[in-house]
Amino acid sequence: MSKLFDYRTCPTTGLRVDRAAEKLIKANAVAAVVFLAIGGFFGLTVALTRWPAVHFLPADWFYLALTAHGFDVLLVWIIFFEMAVLYFASAILLNSRLAGPKWAWAGFALMLSGALITNVVVLQGQSSVMFTSYVPMMAEPPFYLGIILFAVGALIGCGVFFGTLVIAKREKTYEGSIPLVTFGALTAAIIAVFTIASGAIILIPTFLWSIGLVGHIDPLVYKTIWWAMGHSSQQINVAAHVAVWYAIAAMVFGAKPLSEKVSRMAFLMYILFLQLASAHHMLVEPGISSEWKIFNTSYAMYLAVLGSMVHGMTVPGSIEAAQRARGLTKGMFEWLRKAPWGNPAFAGMFMSLVFFGFIGGISGVVMGTEQINLIMHNTLYVPGHFHGTVVAGTTLAFMAITYILVPLIFRRELVMKKVARWQPYVFGIGVAGISIFMMGAGTLGVARRHWDMTFADAVLPFDYPSAAYLMMGLNGIFAIMAALGGVMYVVVVVGSVFFGKKLAEDEKPEYPEVPPESAAVSHYGSAETLKIPGTAFLVGIFFVAFVLYYFVNWKYLSEIWPLS
Amino acid sequence: MPDNNNTGEEQSPDPDREQIPLMQRVLDNPFLLLVLGIAMPTVLYIIWGIIEITQIPIAD
Repeated sequence: MSKLFDYRTCPTTGLRVDRAAEKLIKANAVAAVVFLAIGGFFGLTVALTRWPAVHFLPADWFYLALTAHGFDVLLVWIIFFEMAVLYFASAILLNSRLAGPKWAWAGFALMLSGALITNVVVLQGQSSVMFTSYVPMMAEPPFYLGIILFAVGALIGCGVFFGTLVIAKREKTYEGSIPLVTFGALTAAIIAVFTIASGAIILIPTFLWSIGLVGHIDPLVYKTIWWAMGHSSQQINVAAHVAVWYAIAAMVFGAKPLSEKVSRMAFLMYILFLQLASAHHMLVEPGISSEWKIFNTSYAMYLAVLGSMVHGMTVPGSIEAAQRARGLTKGMFEWLRKAPWGNPAFAGMFMSLVFFGFIGGISGVVMGTEQINLIMHNTLYVPGHFHGTVVAGTTLAFMAITYILVPLIFRRELVMKKVARWQPYVFGIGVAGISIFMMGAGTLGVARRHWDMTFADAVLPFDYPSAAYLMMGLNGIFAIMAALGGVMYVVVVVGSVFFGKKLAEDEKPEYPEVPPESAAVSHYGSAETLKIPGTAFLVGIFFVAFVLYYFVNWKYLSEIWPLS
Repeated sequence: MPDNNNTGEEQSPDPDREQIPLMQRVLDNPFLLLVLGIAMPTVLYIIWGIIEITQIPIAD
């Protein structure tokens, strides 16, 4: 049965590549990059508007651009790319045929239609309700319809992923347990199903409300359930980009996880607890008890954070173990110094890991603590945090693996290799700057989603500290840098897909280098070593930074809210 | 690559199969994980949260 499907054998990894899955990976990846370009453009206009010296857009265009930016990059770019990751991690890594390719294409068509519908209706200007679309603000009905169609398409994609797992197991295309990267993708798919179900629960009634069939939507119920979708959708990203970290470590170094069991348990922590972090958006709602808030954002969320910290140690640890096995054993950091920093897949992955942990991860725990959340709730700190997780973490990781997937899946050599080499640094540093300076401005009280921080026409004037203006100016400068990195990515990827040298069926790509040991990505197995002194030292630095930043915020809270 | 052909031969139970630890069996079952991954946030976040909201007194 399994030999009846149309496949080719990858000359680099030796994996069987189902051609139906390959076409779907290509289509989803292309759609993802197109919407990244659109959403990124809107993001630049938002950042330039929030730069007080530039103040680029008028108010109505600002909110339109912010709505389009949020929808296109937080949902569309990421979920399209995740569909590509799901098909890759199931059909390709399991040497299997894809379950129901026609269903997968139907899902893709729904996602594309939904994304286009919502984009068009946002650009028409009557649906500038931002990505959250909190009621009682009402968008045009197609705004909700587009998101619902997109979600249904993504749900079909998840179904195809689960179906492929069943087929692969039944046809015994792999031995033992599924590979860790596939397990990470499974984690992402599970969170996606909960996310999409939550979206359906709240957006379908909201759509009916927008066409007059439902009389009232309770704003607090809306907000609670919407965030089960809105925040969990970003947890899909976390699971997917951690899977991508493991995939890149395996494909560039032939690295095996330090312990399959430990890494799987960390993913299980995600499955059980990660979605509960949605509650941090509700921490200042007066009608909900502290028990609900603290259980969800502290006790439960900390278990998910534990999972992230395990991955944060085991991914670089697995790379260190692989490098040391190759003889790079001098001192603590020869393995890292001699890592392929000119390989954009590795450079992007490593920066994604560092920025996700230090910027997005630590700030997420701070925001999830009910008391210190008060310092920065609904300030620019919140987008600063999630640009650290979703952009510096997820987007950078997805960009990084694209440099491997274009030659292996699209069968094209990369063009403009020097641009590709520099791209992760330009984009990564730009986004890290955006995150840090937005968090700085948020700590000084600057509200998120506000067109004019000078409050020029306000009846009651208010002045932010001058440092906040400096932060917003720096945010604008780093946004330009990140946008440049985004343009470099799109140019290299689109250029390679359309104009890169075609690779013959049995030809291996020259760049980036993918060694034969890369086949480790499709196997179960551990490095089974803990001789990782360099990683242990880096983890120590992380913990010190974590503890210091956490207590600095408590100190800050005590200063702005004296209780004596 | 493992052989994909199922010959249908009667095979004796694999003794190793019996020794697979419980946790690994849980982790090898995607649909059990799916149920857990939906049930936990549905109960602890959505249902508990909605119960809290419904208990807010309505203003006169």
